[in-house]
This record gives sequence, structure tokens and C-alpha cells, in this order.
Amino acid sequence: MDQIMNSILHWSIVISLVIVSISILLLLYRTIKGPTNPDRAIALDSIGISLIALAALVAIKLNTTFFNEVILLIGILAFIGTIAVAKFIEKGVIIEHDRDKS
Amino acid sequence: MRTNDLILKTTTNIIVFIILAFSFKLFLAGHNMPGGGFIGGLMTSGAIILMYLTYGIGPINKVFRVPFTILVAIGLSIAVATGIGSFIFGQPFLSHTDGYFYLPILGKSHLATAVLFDVGVYLTVIGVTMTIILSIAEDR
Repeated sequence: MDQIMNSILHWSIVISLVIVSISILLLLYRTIKGPTNPDRAIALDSIGISLIALAALVAIKLNTTFFNEVILLIGILAFIGTIAVAKFIEKGVIIEHDRDKS
Repeated sequence: MRTNDLILKTTTNIIVFIILAFSFKLFLAGHNMPGGGFIGGLMTSGAIILMYLTYGIGPINKVFRVPFTILVAIGLSIAVATGIGSFIFGQPFLSHTDGYFYLPILGKSHLATAVLFDVGVYLTVIGVTMTIILSIAEDR
């Protein structure tokens, strides 16, 4: 029984890894081919989210809990990076000076 | 013309505290878990950068009154002071000790003086990162 459960876990992790990898490849296609810059920004953000999924699946596969910090870290960094790219696309500056009153 | 960043500002007000708490957890967990002063300082400066991204340089400089170059000096001084402090007890340079203490709320705790060295690393990383990014942003 235990062996069957381990086998199910192993194969579901392998199938999920393959599917997430295919989605990262498709997102890479959108990153390279994307007609405009916001397409590329959104594709890179989605690649970050897919990397979270990859890290979680590898953490289950290696039977460790030390990747949880990595998962949270990728999420925070993807958020900050996406906001920086969005501000650069919209306003041209990332950190404003605010000479006028805010 | 100023655009209205209500969603960004509200989201930042909530998320900055989560990132700061996570960075402090990373800083304290460095002894026997992944983490430590370096990545904790980087995540703290990430939270500060998020505030700078949302509100601009002017309003946040009213909040952080300590300039970040001073933080580098304070952090290096703390790191050197923990090394020199071992001379008082007749030990070699940078000797660290630890022990079990009974704190009022936390109970039996394992306290090590390596944390003080990590505080120095933490402040230095925050100061260096914010100095680099702000001196690039203020190019006028």
C-alpha cells in the first residue's frame, strides 16, 4: 500500500513538472515573440509564478521543507520586479522625485 | 499630471508589513534554518524599495530620517565591536559564545553572540543596497 502511494506521488510530481515546464516554454515563446513590452512583462511575471510551482514540486520530490523560504522569496521578488517594470513602461521613471506635492 | 495610484498604494501599505515580517523571520532563523543577515537585509531593503516605488523619494525621506550611509557605518562598527569584545574575556578575536537563558515570555531560549555579528551584516546590507539604488535614482 505504501509503495503504491509512493508511486502515485512520484508519477504525479513528474507529470506536473512536465506540464509546468511546457507552460514555461510557451511563456518563453510569448516573451521572445511578444509584439509589445507589456506582453513581455506579463509573460515574465507568469514565468516567476511557474518557478514557484517548480520549486514547490521539487521540494516535495526531495522531501525537504527548506525551499519554503525560496517560494516566498520568488513571489515577493516577482511582485516588486513587475511593479518596477510597470512604472517604467507607464511613467518612464521607476523612482520619482516628487518635486510637486503629492 | 499625476496619475491616481490608489490600488498600488493600498496594496503596498499591506504588503510592506508582510515583507518586513518575513525578512525579520529570515534574519532570526539564520542559525538553524535557511536565512541569515544577508538575505534578511536584502528583503528589508526590498520592502523599502517597494515604498520608494509607490510614494517617490520625497515622502519616504520624511519617514526614514537616518541616512543610509550612516547605517553602513553603524553596521560595520557593530561587527567590529563583537570581534573586539572577545578580547575583554581573554579570548581570541571573533570568538563567539552561546548559552541557554530563561526569558520572561519566550521561556528557555538559546542565545548566541553570533546574532550581534549578524545584526552588523544586516544593517550593512540594508545601507549598501539602498545607497546604490537611491544614488542611481537621484541622477540630477
